[in-house]
Amino acid sequence: MTLPAQSAPLLDVDGVTLQYKTRDALVTATYRVSFEVHRSDRFILLGPSGCGKSTLLKAIGGYMSPVEGAIRLKGREVKAPGPDRMMVFQEFDQLLPWKSVIENVVFALEASGRSSGREAMDKARHYVDMVGLSKFADSYPHTLSGGMKQRVAIARGMAMEPDVLLMDEPFAALDALTRRKMQDELLQLWEDTKFTVLFVTHSIEEAIRCGTRILLLSPHPGQVRAELNSLTAEEVGTASQVALEARINDMLFAH
Amino acid sequence: MNVSTSPLHIRPEIIRDQQATDVPAVEKALTPFERIYRIGFVRKAALLIALAVIWETYGRWLGNPLLFPTFTATIEAFWENLANGVIPARALSSIQTLLIGYGIGIALASILTTVAIGSQIGTDLLETLTSMFNPLPAIALLPLALIWFGLGQGSVIFVLVHSVLWAIALNTHSGFRSVSNTLRMVGMNYNLRGLRLVGKILIPAAFPSILTGLKVGWAFAWRTLIAAELVFGVSSGSGGLGWFIFENRNQLETANVFAGLFTVIMIGLFVENVIFAAIERNTVQRWGMQS
Repeated sequence: MTLPAQSAPLLDVDGVTLQYKTRDALVTATYRVSFEVHRSDRFILLGPSGCGKSTLLKAIGGYMSPVEGAIRLKGREVKAPGPDRMMVFQEFDQLLPWKSVIENVVFALEASGRSSGREAMDKARHYVDMVGLSKFADSYPHTLSGGMKQRVAIARGMAMEPDVLLMDEPFAALDALTRRKMQDELLQLWEDTKFTVLFVTHSIEEAIRCGTRILLLSPHPGQVRAELNSLTAEEVGTASQVALEARINDMLFAH
Repeated sequence: MNVSTSPLHIRPEIIRDQQATDVPAVEKALTPFERIYRIGFVRKAALLIALAVIWETYGRWLGNPLLFPTFTATIEAFWENLANGVIPARALSSIQTLLIGYGIGIALASILTTVAIGSQIGTDLLETLTSMFNPLPAIALLPLALIWFGLGQGSVIFVLVHSVLWAIALNTHSGFRSVSNTLRMVGMNYNLRGLRLVGKILIPAAFPSILTGLKVGWAFAWRTLIAAELVFGVSSGSGGLGWFIFENRNQLETANVFAGLFTVIMIGLFVENVIFAAIERNTVQRWGMQS
């Protein structure tokens, strides 16, 4: 597992300052944030609201450019949105309502030119199957529950086989039970394919359960507070989880 | 803890092992009358029959076919003109003119909205033009159209385009603007940009509004057409339904006038309740996007 290629980061966020304009102010969302994401990381951006974690994810997605610093994916600077960085949003309306579940996945593959025809169909079926929705492949999004919609969005993201999957609080709008279930499913999917994921959340518990490495951001403007290693699956639910939660809590809310 | 001092009212638990067996039927069929009455079509048909009976009675009581022909006389005139091919020919001529105007209107509306979503100044242009021209009744432009295009189809098409264009442009534009930012971002994530983003994401996402625009535009166009034809319907000899009505009024064939109006209503109802309803069922209703 110590191949030389492994040592170069997949995603390199280097001293990134992000600003955006509201109606009457120029807001600095993050200030000189740096971190590296390696292949197969489950990298978590964690912080209270106002720490710029969602803005940071949008910048990595290519929807806005940094005023300072650079974001590089596989050594190439990120300039615009593209299918090598698939976004999974928090909102349930991210699926195209005029396409069925399977068509949503196929359309993503074909529109982006990742694959087409028979191959796209097979790939879409495979990933819809993986998130357990084969029975609903021909249903339209408005007939699905919130959790199912998020599963489709995840299947769509994974089917594109991006370099990194960007998830912006994907489970935040779900009820607690569904949320827990979706976290377990995400981990199971990761066990199967070992994809790289960058995951934004404001829940410490979710960060520890889902992540391998956790970046803590302090708010106004967002700055790196710490970069921690998360727990292994066996340690979750034990005293070490309580200890880590307390540690993170102290760092984020100490002052 | 002392029970007597607790603010709670302590009472034993209740557990029922046996459920009642003599409950009334959970589901009971409705009586046939109730079931028939629940069908909207049947209720409306009953109302129509009642109206026809009132019409017939009044017509007979009045006894003046020049002023108010009876229902049966109107239907007779309708069948007669349908059979001898006059009404179909006139309707066809009307619909042909309408489709040309409607088509040009849609094309111009698409150009205008494409310009409008591209830039702020384009949006301002669309907003200014629609607020200026939308309140202007199409018929009011007829005198001007006569000067520019002369007596004939050209003038009718000009006023038709005017009546269709603003309704469609306005609705399409507001539809584009209400497309959620998430969907735009999803489209960009697939590497869709510019016209491909418009065609594959924005148009379907705004389709409920676009369809509303098309429906409103159609209704405006149909009314404008009949009215314009009443003023001058003779284009290349034949003329449309409006001209048919006007002509028969001049000849005091009142039953035919009624038959012409009846045809106008029927075509309007058909387009609204059959064509547009079918489009709606297969698109926005199926997608759960009804606005």
